[in-house]
Amino acid sequence: MRIKAKMAGVASGAALLVAASVAQADVLFWSTQAKPVEEAQSMRENVLAGHGDAVDYQPNDGGPWLTRLNAELQAGDGTIGVLGALHGDFSAMNPDDLVDLSDMGVGSASETFNNLAMLGTDSAQYIPWMQASYIMAANKKALEHLPEGADIDALTYDQLIEWSANVMEATGEAKFGFPAGPKGLKHRFFQGYLYPSYTDGVVRTFASDAAVTAWETFLELWAVTNPGSTNFSFLQEQLLSEEVWIAFDHTSRLANAFNERPDDFVAFPAPAGPTGRGFMPVIAGVGIPRTAPDMEASKALVAYMLSPETQIATLRATNFFPVVDVALPDDLPPAVQAAGGAVAKMSASPDANPGLLPAGLGAKGGDFNRVFVDTFERIVLAGQPIRAVLDDQKVALAEIMNETGAPCWAPDAPSDGACPVE
Amino acid sequence: MNPRILPYVLILPVTLFLCLFFLYPFVLVSKQAFSTGAGFTLENFQDVTSHWKFPISFKNTLLLAAAVVPVQLALALLMATMVNGMGRGRDLVLYVWTIPLGISDLAAGIIWLAIFEQSGFLNSMLSGLGVIDKPVSFLSYQHPGVVFLAIALAEIWRATAIMLVILVAGIGLIPKEYYEAAEVFGASPWKRFWRITLPLLRPSLQTALVLRVILAFEIFAVVAALGGTLFPVLMGETYAYQFELLNGGAAAAIALIILAISIGFTLLILRILRVPKGASI
Repeated sequence: MRIKAKMAGVASGAALLVAASVAQADVLFWSTQAKPVEEAQSMRENVLAGHGDAVDYQPNDGGPWLTRLNAELQAGDGTIGVLGALHGDFSAMNPDDLVDLSDMGVGSASETFNNLAMLGTDSAQYIPWMQASYIMAANKKALEHLPEGADIDALTYDQLIEWSANVMEATGEAKFGFPAGPKGLKHRFFQGYLYPSYTDGVVRTFASDAAVTAWETFLELWAVTNPGSTNFSFLQEQLLSEEVWIAFDHTSRLANAFNERPDDFVAFPAPAGPTGRGFMPVIAGVGIPRTAPDMEASKALVAYMLSPETQIATLRATNFFPVVDVALPDDLPPAVQAAGGAVAKMSASPDANPGLLPAGLGAKGGDFNRVFVDTFERIVLAGQPIRAVLDDQKVALAEIMNETGAPCWAPDAPSDGACPVE
Repeated sequence: MNPRILPYVLILPVTLFLCLFFLYPFVLVSKQAFSTGAGFTLENFQDVTSHWKFPISFKNTLLLAAAVVPVQLALALLMATMVNGMGRGRDLVLYVWTIPLGISDLAAGIIWLAIFEQSGFLNSMLSGLGVIDKPVSFLSYQHPGVVFLAIALAEIWRATAIMLVILVAGIGLIPKEYYEAAEVFGASPWKRFWRITLPLLRPSLQTALVLRVILAFEIFAVVAALGGTLFPVLMGETYAYQFELLNGGAAAAIALIILAISIGFTLLILRILRVPKGASI
């Protein structure tokens, strides 16, 4: 990391010289969100243009994002004014490197989100900015193959498997799509959907017998899953090309399908298992690094991002939902309407079992995700025996929990100290 | 200027450049690989080598190099001899053959992805010919052999030219007299290639092989484009440690392992293809 940081420091130093001579007053909004070109452009033109000061919105991949940030923090001198990133990106940082934002008087309507944003300290280290979730989407052609008596808004995993099998029988192709590609968000499916739905936990129950059942069920689902799924990272592409008829993914990674052909697709809640309908929110936040060049300008921008009008504009630009109480207008893009409906049904369902994002893992967030990705690759792709893999991966998981001392989060039962792997 | 000093002055800029941008980062990487914050430790190496994916990616990297480099060597030799025998149009052919050199490896991977993917050219062609009824997903976990083949093909297509260029230059250096003499004694073209071209090409072969083998161990973008996570290689693991797990120490450790393999093979090639003293052209 350090070499990279140093090299990036040199590079960004050069960039800084150039940038400084062009636009000194712009606040640099350094973000991991709204990366696709259209979204970034929309952020600039429709969201940030309304702010009094000029804002330089620069989205980037997580790696380069952190590299430059660390370089500036190490140098003790920076150009980044505001950070925009996922909760996981912030939790990988040292809270001391973020400016305390408690006194700003802005925040999310959700106390849970505000607590997450404290990153284990007593004060807000970032401010929740926008939220999303993972939902299911289907081509309307698939609806006629729904198993008898199945309600699309209250599916179970078994019905999903049966449905996908019906489609496979009818079309001769496996048309369930799963984001198992290199950039796919498969780990979130296991952490926030499969495990809560089958084991009512994530960490404690990682290697339980219920977890074995969960993976057996997943293998059944995998048998009717498009084998190309290991290359799928944004299911909207495969929905549009009709390689896939039924898909699970992040709302913003399904958005193009709904926006381009709103009449062809339906959005619906994730399926339920024996212990409820597990689902997980995604939170992005805005924060200020301690090296921000103009603290007042940065704080003004953070406050601006939380205003109701900006939140609606952000929703249109990125398909991420507001975190403050705000009445949604009627003329939202089709993707937003579809996703909003599905998320509302999911959280209002009687068997809802909402999970939280992993918290307190700090820099080990990536390793935590890797435990689940490795488990998937070993059980599903390499065909290794479930029990043996879980017992093996459990060691890695326990090590991460002990090292970070992270307490359990919902749906795991609370713990004193580090969350135990049982 | 004093002619004895001149050579040193001339290589000074490049030496400084290498010290600053190779040696210095290398020292830092080594430091990072052998420490986890407190003192010297082999922990990073233990971490990465005990991960279940390490033996697989290690094997894959070697296997790929073993499959790709010999084919490239044979092809490059064939192409170089052909180019050498040409009169008119020689330059044109050479330029066309070296076009893939100008394409970044990621772009090359994406070109081959467009051929092999489910909605790609190969599928359209096969279904157009009536060989298959519906598109086949070639690059899936169910067909590890095809994934390997696709990556190998993309690599051969992309990187043969670098050997070709070196070998063409090398062949051009071989004095014509040897061939004339051999012809006088009635040596067949095959024999001339075997007895004159190959032995006298040794220094170029050395360079070409060393370059190619080192690049083969660093393969990354083509694999990422075509195989995704299906075909783990060492360089991909390095990337994952650095950017996904944010574990610089482990990434540095794998990078050093790759370096060690590269140095090992370089020494081996230099030894096998060594040119005896005083035997240069």
